[in-house]
Amino acid sequence: MNQRIGHIARNTFREAVRDRVLYNLIAFALLLSGAAILIGQISIDVERLVVVNLGLTAISLFGVVIAIFIGIGLVSKEIEKRTLYTVLSRPVRRWEFIVGKFFGLAGTLVVNTFFMAIGVFGALLYVAHKFSAADAQILVALYFIVLEFLIICSLSLLFSSFSSPLLSAVFAFSLFVIGSFADDLRGFAGMAHGFTRWIATGAAYLVPNFSALNVITSVAHQQSLSMRLVMQNTLYAVFYTVMALSGAVLIFERRNLK
Amino acid sequence: MSVSRRVTLIAAACLVISLAASVLLLRGIDRNRPKASIEDVLYLDSPKVIKRASLGFDGLMACIYWTRTVQYFGHRHFDGSQTYNELAPLLEITTALDPHMIPPYQFGASFLAPQPPNGAGEPERAVKLMQFGIDQNPDNWRLYYNLGFVYYTELHDYKKAAETFARGAEVPNAHPAMRVMAAQMAQHAGDIQTARMLWTATYQTAYEDNIRQNALSHLRALQVDEDVSKLQDAVTRFGELTGRLPNNMAELTAAESLPMVPADPDGVPYSLDAQGHVLVQNPDNFPFITKGMPAGYKPPVLPRFHNGPSQG
Repeated sequence: MNQRIGHIARNTFREAVRDRVLYNLIAFALLLSGAAILIGQISIDVERLVVVNLGLTAISLFGVVIAIFIGIGLVSKEIEKRTLYTVLSRPVRRWEFIVGKFFGLAGTLVVNTFFMAIGVFGALLYVAHKFSAADAQILVALYFIVLEFLIICSLSLLFSSFSSPLLSAVFAFSLFVIGSFADDLRGFAGMAHGFTRWIATGAAYLVPNFSALNVITSVAHQQSLSMRLVMQNTLYAVFYTVMALSGAVLIFERRNLK
Repeated sequence: MSVSRRVTLIAAACLVISLAASVLLLRGIDRNRPKASIEDVLYLDSPKVIKRASLGFDGLMACIYWTRTVQYFGHRHFDGSQTYNELAPLLEITTALDPHMIPPYQFGASFLAPQPPNGAGEPERAVKLMQFGIDQNPDNWRLYYNLGFVYYTELHDYKKAAETFARGAEVPNAHPAMRVMAAQMAQHAGDIQTARMLWTATYQTAYEDNIRQNALSHLRALQVDEDVSKLQDAVTRFGELTGRLPNNMAELTAAESLPMVPADPDGVPYSLDAQGHVLVQNPDNFPFITKGMPAGYKPPVLPRFHNGPSQG
């Protein structure tokens, strides 16, 4: 069972790496990190801040774009090319296919993030000439960004399991935007009354809370993050990912592929 | 030559020519367009809206707005503009996006408060900005210093300046001079020595080049003001003793037993006019001077900040 998931994940990773769009995005993200150096020079006294903010934001945004645009095609493309039938005619369960696809895409994003992070640390070394102990916090921000990717991958797969690529992209991107406003949604729920309050509160807890995973500004100011936050965010991302993947599996198991 | 190769060559030539032509045309269009500018307009002036629109990436947006602020001030200052209408909103947006970014507060204190052409002439907004900065970063003694400085130089509210310096002195790791400044402000607020002490502290503690140059220019101006006052007193003494004005600076120098003709911080000797007024020969080199200028002198629209070490 684990081996089958591993095979699907490996093939998904290979397919993603072969995808030219992916390469372009990585190159562009690295270019953006390089631009951080230039922006730092035309601004005043904020070189390090610019490098960290721009670098981590670029990693996050490009990763989100990669996760959405590759994630939405993972299932539909296999159906379109009819390769899914070949896979499912072998002793592979549908849920294994979904989980394997998820790990393949997640692996691709982790590798992407790793290379982009090298770019950010390189740019940081260029402007600051040395690393400080506080720079280790950047690793925590990168870890949170990866957690964010896991959630988005699972959501893309969820939408991909029942919808067309275009609609899946719209749904996934909308949820990313709404998730970035999750704190505001919760604030709105607090101000509302009656039925609206229930609906708003429910929506606020249902959408992914990406604002909790975004610690870029704190890290840029070398503020330390508590271990408790790291643990809570990890568990939140794991549970949310499992929830979305379970939804994807439930839908895909019942989908008529004839 | 094969057809394919010919097509490649022609396409490459078209690409290069079109690119060069479009660049040249764009330069022409830029010259013909009125100088109105993007920098005069803030399409979104609400910090809250911009913070929401940044989708949580407010740190990066703050860096972008800070860069835009620096560019805006630099361009307008270089153009000799008398107005900086967008400086305060830009600084307010930057600090709302990232309240812990310190340089915008210091920049605001130095260039939002002074009257044009040296700043935006909005000391009240500078105070508001600094107070917001202190609320967000209560442990940063430099912000108390900058706020006290605005009270002292622009609003001439020495009591509040003294209070602010005293509050800043209580911050852990505050510069020891803060306590001295608080005391000095309370007792000798209007003295030239107090002003010199404050500008020296600004020069020594600021990280940013513009702020240091500004401080240096003020220190040079203080030196000139002090020199001119002393020399003017000497002219008065000379008149009381001889019943006439000295013919030139050399005569005054001899009467005062000075080792040489007194010179400004650039080493250019001061001069005397026919009415016995002590004059700076190159007043354009000393923005912020209040004494030693010839009658009817108008300072240049674009003041020259000094960027070399002070000789005074």
